[in-house]
Amino acid sequence: MAVTPTDLSAALVMTPVAPADWLVVLPPAWCLLTGALLLMLRKSLHLQAWLAVPALAVLVLIDAALLAHVATNGPATMVMGRWLPPFGIAFTADLTGVLFALAGAVVALAGAVHALTDIDGRGRRYGFYPFLLLLMAGVSGAFLTGDIFNLYVWFEVLLISSFGLITLGSEPRQIDGAIKYAFLNLIATTLFLVTTGYLYGIFGTLNMADIAVKAAAARAELPLMTLATLYLLAFGMKAAAFPVNFWLPASYHTPRVVVSALFAGLLTKVGIYALLRTLIMLFPLEREELSFVIALAGAATMILGALGAIGQSDIRRLLGYAVISGIGVMLAGLSLGSPGGIGGAIFYALHSMIVMTALYMAAGLAGRLAGSFDLNLLGGLYTRSALFSALSLVLFFAVSGLPPFSGFWPKVMVAKAAMDIGAWWLVVVVLLTGFLTTIAFGRVFALAYWRPAADALPDETIPPSALVPLAALTALTVVFGLFPDPLLSLVQHAAQGLADPQAYIGSVFPGRT
Amino acid sequence: MNTLIFRTVAPFLTALMVLFSLFVLLRGHNEPGGGFIGGLIAVSALAIFGIANGIAAVRKALWFHPMAISAFGLFIACLAGLLSMVFAVPFMTGLWVYPVILGVEIPLSTVMLFDAGVYLVVVGAITSIALALEAGDDL
Repeated sequence: MAVTPTDLSAALVMTPVAPADWLVVLPPAWCLLTGALLLMLRKSLHLQAWLAVPALAVLVLIDAALLAHVATNGPATMVMGRWLPPFGIAFTADLTGVLFALAGAVVALAGAVHALTDIDGRGRRYGFYPFLLLLMAGVSGAFLTGDIFNLYVWFEVLLISSFGLITLGSEPRQIDGAIKYAFLNLIATTLFLVTTGYLYGIFGTLNMADIAVKAAAARAELPLMTLATLYLLAFGMKAAAFPVNFWLPASYHTPRVVVSALFAGLLTKVGIYALLRTLIMLFPLEREELSFVIALAGAATMILGALGAIGQSDIRRLLGYAVISGIGVMLAGLSLGSPGGIGGAIFYALHSMIVMTALYMAAGLAGRLAGSFDLNLLGGLYTRSALFSALSLVLFFAVSGLPPFSGFWPKVMVAKAAMDIGAWWLVVVVLLTGFLTTIAFGRVFALAYWRPAADALPDETIPPSALVPLAALTALTVVFGLFPDPLLSLVQHAAQGLADPQAYIGSVFPGRT
Repeated sequence: MNTLIFRTVAPFLTALMVLFSLFVLLRGHNEPGGGFIGGLIAVSALAIFGIANGIAAVRKALWFHPMAISAFGLFIACLAGLLSMVFAVPFMTGLWVYPVILGVEIPLSTVMLFDAGVYLVVVGAITSIALALEAGDDL
């Protein structure tokens, strides 16, 4: 039965696609392809790491090339299936998305190398590496998609993979953590889906550039405040913001340490990214209305996270609270809404991805060297390995926001942006949080590293494949602490691109700006 | 469900249902059907076979591990999208070839390859769930 082809050229992208534009969809596609390959080779345990680590290294290269492309040529778009936007699903890479994607890929590569010794044969049989690749497909897709329903789909992809990772090994303790994690995340995801359905009912479009245009044109008669509030709640839950942060300390200490490290680096930051995308780019005026609520939530998240960190004796739980405290700083930046505030939030998110992953790795190694994660039992780490202690100390300073490490600059940006609008209380909270975090990590260093060991330590050494990624991530925080200028200018451009999305819209709809 | 009638009929029923699932998969391009629903029909067929003859028989009949089948489906679905890179058109653009085999023109497309990938993902994933549930019953 021959079908006469209809002429569809008016609805299709007719210009040939430049090879550079392929970089926009390659990160998730590459991860899916290699993830599927690893899943097929699930039984060949010795092959898994040999394929996964190079695959993630290629992902880092793809993201770096995409960053170079976007930094010179502005946002890049590719539409699935050749259909013109808003009907075709658009992938749009702007600076914010690419910076997050690149940092995520670096974290995943470090995690994959670190896992060479941390994940044993059993964990590999359960499919650690395929899950990691599929998680990265979800994370990269979420950072690069230009369609809000597609963002939901990538959230699901990364959520399903993270369920697999968190239960790796199926210990009862892990199942307990996984149930809390899964249940509360599913509530947030459902809320996200409901809100997106509502948004589609209002705008009749899911393309983010299209929504930004339509929201700006007909702001007065649309219930955008409802949408912005619902998104704030849904993504705030994903990001573990107060008062919906309780799932994180309940679950992050249960999986393998390297899995916690990857979660701390990747998952909550996807929530922050989605908040930036929706509240800054799509609904800026509604965010303005909500700014005091967001600032209060951010301040409470910061302080309670830091206090929680002081109150814990298990270092993995302590780090869970440190993740939450960092989310507070990003929310504070988001609440300010000025380019400095948004830039600070983006910079802090990138810093937090690197540093929190490295800290969990350090905690895992400390646990391995001293045979415990309990601060009451830990001790004598300094005498075991001076190099490891030095790396840990750098990370402790970085997470507390002390100069000259990478945590310092974004806090300065957020504090300065807060001072510019006279929000002195927020500045005080940011500084107080830095002080409290310093106390929390000073306590860790004094007890676990300085204090002589009570009993004889187990005879363990740090394998190079576990130390190298930790050292590399630590080196990154030092480099960005000492030479912040390139990254500062990138995040400032990224923040401007979010606050004034003309270039983003122009990339999706050429000629409609 | 260990009756003689069921055990005798099940293999024929399974074969018929798998055949029908392939028909639904191919029909799905322009009419109701497609990879997802076709895959579900195939899984029902395998489930019937499993209830009648035990999961060992299903695993033997499948030859490959169900997870490997679904991974292969994901792989070819992704590959179907990436093929458009060669032709300088966006990701997942439908590309067609019309080979003439024995005097009959057979239209083949990347869309079909993608749908076959979806079919295999569904068959592999749901079968491994079904087999795990049936295995749990034996304990």
